[in-house]
Amino acid sequence: MKTTTKLWIGIGILAILSPLGLILPERFKAGDAWGEWGVDTIKGLIGYIPAGLRKLSAKWCAPMPDYAFKGGVEKNLANQSFTYIISAIIGMAVCIGIAFLLGELIIKKRSRGK
Amino acid sequence: MHIPDGYLGPATSGVMYALMLPVWISASRMAKKTLKAKQVPLLAIGAAFNFVIMMFNVPIPGGTTGHAVGAVLVAILLGPWAACIAVTVALVVQALLFGDGGITAIGANCFNMAFIEVFAGYYLYKILSASSAATSGRRIIAAGIAGYLAINIAALSTAIMFGIQPLLHRTAGGQSLYCPYGLNVAIPTMLGEHLLVFGWVEAIVTALVVKYLQKQDPSLLETAR
Repeated sequence: MKTTTKLWIGIGILAILSPLGLILPERFKAGDAWGEWGVDTIKGLIGYIPAGLRKLSAKWCAPMPDYAFKGGVEKNLANQSFTYIISAIIGMAVCIGIAFLLGELIIKKRSRGK
Repeated sequence: MHIPDGYLGPATSGVMYALMLPVWISASRMAKKTLKAKQVPLLAIGAAFNFVIMMFNVPIPGGTTGHAVGAVLVAILLGPWAACIAVTVALVVQALLFGDGGITAIGANCFNMAFIEVFAGYYLYKILSASSAATSGRRIIAAGIAGYLAINIAALSTAIMFGIQPLLHRTAGGQSLYCPYGLNVAIPTMLGEHLLVFGWVEAIVTALVVKYLQKQDPSLLETAR
């Protein structure tokens, strides 16, 4: 098997294993990454929400915030894990698409230049 | 290490976009010169790998979480300029689709992970592996150390961006406008957790994949420039 094929399989396995990144923090009671708190958490930490932070943090509404379906806060870890894998697959597919597009553009431009 | 929207003031976000613009332009120019057609799939695998490896949140029990970035590994395989493109793609998709990292902070997050970490890691790996053969054990050690140090340099750079906010932006009443924690908190926390935990994750991921590729296809470890 070609190495590239093996690497494709490798990242596929990573997508399936990705819920570990959800389950382990839950299991070991670890919270948000430092500096990545939501506004409610930050209010709990320092007693107020910095005005600029409040304004800017609401600017962008991602379609799948925190690698989950919008609005539907999944109750159990199994459902969360499922949406996490779906997010991984969607995100990776988009990355692969963009990277191929950029790669082809870069190569094509070069051959045209010569 | 993904700075969300609202933690950096407009000055910092703006400067970081301004700094990244020439880097992105150079990256596309350099990739035009060096990227081979057969490396395009690797670029795609690299971007997808960067994307998914950052989903593996590693807990510090009772504390925070963090993750590997995989930027050094992709730099070792594709060279720093193509790696800069791969990590940028992953970060932009994370920010736009999944709200992981702010859109106003894309310049800053790319500066830390797609530029600082990529280039620091790449040159550390080159220096440490010196003229050793692609299959030598020294390359594995070099990859691990480069991964460990580079993610820590990126964490330090991120901490500085967080930490200067209280110095730059305050209300008349003394409240912070953006990130409320100064350098005295941001640097020890960010650097501490990466030195103790997340740096090792990056080191292990980088070293193990290099070891695997040495067995599998050492030519992949010779091409990058």
